[in-house]
Amino acid sequence: MAIDKILVLVELTENGPTAVSLELLTAARGLATTVEALSWGPGVQAAAATIGEYGATTLYDAGDIGGALPGVPVAGALVGVLQSSGASAVLIPTSYDGRDIAGRLSAKLNASVLTNVTGLNDDGGLTTEHPIFGGTQIAHAKFTGSAVGIYVIRAKSFAAESAGGAAAAVVAAAVPAADATGAATIVARHVEERTGPKLDEAAVVVSGGRGLGSADNYSWINDLAKLLNGAPGASRAIVDAGWVPYSHQVGQTGKTVKPTVYLACGISGATQHLVGMKGSKNIIAINKDQEAPIFTVADLGIVGDVNKVVPALIEALKGR
Amino acid sequence: MNVVVCVKQIPDPAAPQSLEASTNTLDRSGKLILDDSDAYGVEMALQLVDKAGSGEVTLVSMAPNGEVSGLRTALAMGAAKAILVSDDALKGTDALGTAKVLAAAIKRTEFDLILAATESSDGYTGTTPVQIAELLGLPSITFAKSVTIDGSTVKVDRQTESGYDEVTSPLPALVTVTAGVVEPRYPSFKGIMAAKSKPVDQVTVADLGLSASDVGAAGSGQTITKVVDAEARSAGEIVVDEGDGAQRIVSFLENLKLI
Repeated sequence: MAIDKILVLVELTENGPTAVSLELLTAARGLATTVEALSWGPGVQAAAATIGEYGATTLYDAGDIGGALPGVPVAGALVGVLQSSGASAVLIPTSYDGRDIAGRLSAKLNASVLTNVTGLNDDGGLTTEHPIFGGTQIAHAKFTGSAVGIYVIRAKSFAAESAGGAAAAVVAAAVPAADATGAATIVARHVEERTGPKLDEAAVVVSGGRGLGSADNYSWINDLAKLLNGAPGASRAIVDAGWVPYSHQVGQTGKTVKPTVYLACGISGATQHLVGMKGSKNIIAINKDQEAPIFTVADLGIVGDVNKVVPALIEALKGR
Repeated sequence: MNVVVCVKQIPDPAAPQSLEASTNTLDRSGKLILDDSDAYGVEMALQLVDKAGSGEVTLVSMAPNGEVSGLRTALAMGAAKAILVSDDALKGTDALGTAKVLAAAIKRTEFDLILAATESSDGYTGTTPVQIAELLGLPSITFAKSVTIDGSTVKVDRQTESGYDEVTSPLPALVTVTAGVVEPRYPSFKGIMAAKSKPVDQVTVADLGLSASDVGAAGSGQTITKVVDAEARSAGEIVVDEGDGAQRIVSFLENLKLI
């Protein structure tokens, strides 16, 4: 393998590493002789077994950062670990905190950063894939300098597969003393309750867009999702309009989903939306405009009024 | 309360986009418009300054070709002035180089708060604002869904995977706003007329004290090696609803054994 060592940034929830973190560990395993990980928070020690199972031999622990936003302290810890470990690349999940950490790290190291990566190849050095123009074309890129390569990678770009490895050895990573850059503090956390399967894990995703006509009509999307044991999603347009929370958004700035069935109701299929759902196994679209870009990716396209088709579909499913 | 808003002028996303053959970078030779994503930051800044009762909104932007039409849109909304870094040498600049340029330009004006979009609608790298904060030694809060100022503190509701966090930071600070954080105003006729005479300070890379090696393709730490067509999805069945649309979907789901 052309790459000696890759460092993977692993994000934790109370249930252990996030899915995308495990995907990145799996990808790193196929590209480098040695994979190491860095994480933070109170649950690092408990996650060592899973992180080792997915291929990391060493887990650097930046510790509990309390109410600090992770960007500054975790990037600071990464700088130290990258210098001491000799890793030539760091893989970071595309997430709210991941992007902050990548931005801070890039400026601290004076190193360029490649974001929205959906594929990694070893061509005698790492090269990346990035979907452009709504995923119709793929740009391949690479770093030119000798600095550490910072790769920010989208969820679901790789399948997560266990390698059955032993627990990673946990090593403390030093976090530099806080300065003015680290002054932003979390004073309260709010969890928005959601029932049913998670948007990025559901086998069926039912999304609504502007074509629904009004915020009230979004209740059909919730009903339909419930009937299909799926998760409700949304286009950016109706999130911006305040119809549904940002956590529902599918697309470039929202979630990437790859369900068995994606049902797009009244969504035209802007580039920014297609990027987030184009990888779905089956796509059904309902839209009144026959020319809508969503039909270019649909397996079944219904050219019609979403306000008639969707209620009829709900009735048909209820009757079963 | 002085607020700097980083804005980007981009090719119209509604028009067909293409790459320049020699560099594989986005063709920006046509007319550029204000990125929709930036209208939220401009509006937020105007509202915060209004509430504070004093101060002004300054736009900071960079473009290779002296383009100002997007800046005029934001000036028409109510921003007081703009700093535009315009230089042929900027072509091909990566996100970090962009941050270096914008950080240097921001230093030319007084500010308590810097606002930016979470990402641009053309390149969507999404790291430039935080890189600016690091270069200026400032705290940053990204993905704001609400922003308020309380004395010398900025309070933000920050989007998270599971909901949102209330985050505070002393000023000066940098905040990135999500689309929908406020409803951007439409420029009034009076605003449009006034914008024509508002100052746009055009500066070069040399004016900012940056060297050519920091910017442009030469300063970029990355290169596009090739661009290929993505694997196309096989054409689907597109039918006009004759009252049987719902039934067709039911059959499709049955075939997949999902119902």
